[in-house]
Amino acid sequence: MTDKTLYDKLWDSHVVREEADGTCLIYIDRHLMHEVTSPQAFEGLRLAARRPWRASSVVATADHNTPTDHWDDPDSGLKDPISRLQIETLDANIKDFGALVYFPFKHANQGIIHVIGPENGATLPGMTVVCGDSHTSTHGAFGALAHGIGTSEVEHVLATQTLVAKRSKRMLIKVDGKVGAGVTAKDIALAIIGKIGTAGGTGYAIEFGGSAIRDLSMEGRMTVCNLAIEGGARAGLIAPDAKTFEYLKGRPLAPKGADWDRAVAYWRTLTTDADAQFDAVVELDAATIQPQVTWGTSPEQVLAVGGRVPNPANEADPQKRAGIERALQYMGLAADTPITAIPVDKVFIGSCTNSRIEDLRAAAAVAKGKQKAASVKLVLVVPGSGMVKRQAEAEGLDKVFVAAGFEWREPGCSMCLAMNADRLEPGERCASTSNRNFEGRQGAGGRTHLVSPAMAAAAAIAGHFVDIRNF
Amino acid sequence: MKAFTQLNGLVCPLDRANVDTDAIIPKQFLKSIKRSGFGPYLFDEWRYSDTGQPGMDCMNRPLKKDFVLNQPRYQGAEVLLARDNFGCGSSREHAPWAIEDYGFRVIIAPSFADIFFGNCYKNGILPIVLPTETVDKLFKECAAEGYQLNVDLEKQTVTTPSGESFAFDITPHRKHCLQNGLDEIGLTLQHADVIKAFEAKHRAAQPWLFAN
Ligand code: SF4
Repeated sequence: MTDKTLYDKLWDSHVVREEADGTCLIYIDRHLMHEVTSPQAFEGLRLAARRPWRASSVVATADHNTPTDHWDDPDSGLKDPISRLQIETLDANIKDFGALVYFPFKHANQGIIHVIGPENGATLPGMTVVCGDSHTSTHGAFGALAHGIGTSEVEHVLATQTLVAKRSKRMLIKVDGKVGAGVTAKDIALAIIGKIGTAGGTGYAIEFGGSAIRDLSMEGRMTVCNLAIEGGARAGLIAPDAKTFEYLKGRPLAPKGADWDRAVAYWRTLTTDADAQFDAVVELDAATIQPQVTWGTSPEQVLAVGGRVPNPANEADPQKRAGIERALQYMGLAADTPITAIPVDKVFIGSCTNSRIEDLRAAAAVAKGKQKAASVKLVLVVPGSGMVKRQAEAEGLDKVFVAAGFEWREPGCSMCLAMNADRLEPGERCASTSNRNFEGRQGAGGRTHLVSPAMAAAAAIAGHFVDIRNF
Repeated sequence: MKAFTQLNGLVCPLDRANVDTDAIIPKQFLKSIKRSGFGPYLFDEWRYSDTGQPGMDCMNRPLKKDFVLNQPRYQGAEVLLARDNFGCGSSREHAPWAIEDYGFRVIIAPSFADIFFGNCYKNGILPIVLPTETVDKLFKECAAEGYQLNVDLEKQTVTTPSGESFAFDITPHRKHCLQNGLDEIGLTLQHADVIKAFEAKHRAAQPWLFAN
């Protein structure tokens, strides 16, 4: 049997050596880096007197701790001395050890690592891409084998350009048909997680296929692969096609001239062969997917916007019942509450899931000519990168947001994980376009509901969740 | 890395599924540029009733008395008994660093999230997958005060006080590294020539990957 899945092709073309038990050394093409998970890796290199194997594989930025306002103030935001030290440590490490590209804090092209990689052409089909960050799965949208690693592995990749790994199982998630109006890549991804559960993809690399996936823009594909990790899969994959090549052409780090043609010819081979076997196949009908809203503290606790928060009394399994009760209590929700009756205190539009230009356009289309509800304390719009920000401003989207009473900020991770000053206060409820609704994720005691950018903007205006299709 | 061979350890049960890395070590502690000192902040939001900040002295912080880690009977526990999908969420290695720094050497659960599972081995922690029914049984048995488990990496067994034994899987590579406390980078660099040869071939086939 010679037919291979896309995953097998990517894996096989990067195996440096294999041990009898299947443990492999995998060559790493691109090493993305940010300030939070790299300092201890560089410290390890220093202690062992090692140098990076190939510093030119590194693309780095500061994104997690960086403030999103007052950039013109010389000490902006880096008032927190611990955050400042972490950012300065990355500056110093890149200076000492080198990188292909580094976008430090306040650089015109700084941004969330998973936004700047693709937009600079640093992520290419056929690559292996790693980062000390679980949402590295995002880059699989280009047909790259991309996944998150821990800090010890960051050090290992720096020192050896390889990773010790075992082959994953292969899962195909096939979404065929056409999605209805108002249903986005985010809704597809949340519906998938609702179906397979947050551990459903554990041990697998997921390839997303089917006509509804092919129909998505590159931005939409990145959103879907970004959320593969919330379904338990370290890597999500989408086969590259004409849309992928179109997106990459002319990007700063994309191949040029004769190399470009050679590269595209190779990239065209990066598809799953007709008779290749998957270890698991999950199918969804795109037409049945509705706008999604999470109600609990795990991304699998998700419902269509027309639904009601579950009632633990209807759950027979005691372990699951306790889980629902705990989530309802943390979220401050009564059983059976209609999703559309849940009011929000804050709204966050941003994160590596939904901060690209298409996401901002979708949010602006909803906000245009409207005002945020008086009961909503804050609506943050945080572009994923300096490039996204400039594009949005060129299109006048910033003016739409500001006119609606939303705040237009500088790029960064921001309230996705609240390492900087952007956060929820205890008990506050947020409609968020990010990826994790875990307890305390957006601030201790904060309550997060994950939604698409259009749904988030609509909640900001209505003051509670609404079905974007009737908005 | 500390070597792991075998252990007779007090068991602490954490009876919830999908324990995520944000719960294991909240984001404010990720600002540290060190690998050590995370133990006092392990499960910070579940353990203390105030909001923890990096560098805080935890000796006088108000405790949530009901949380297992705060109960006198579990002090000194080295085995963490957990439920499905333990360690889901972010790739932060601060999670296993906090667990190890607190004093746990073994985590037993029916399933783990992939990245967390791999991170444990890099830090001298042995994560053990046992079937759900077995884990259920261990949760029931450890209601007995002072309940200990014997974990033997060489034999790949978990043994209860009554002598009942359960086998677990581990790849030979991971077992070898853990038993000997080996630095994986050193091991990999023994194959530097093979990596170089691969790189040259790879560069010839896809030169654009090496441009700039
Ligand atoms: S936006 Fe959020 S999920 Fe994405 S890299 Fe930043 S913190 Fe992580």
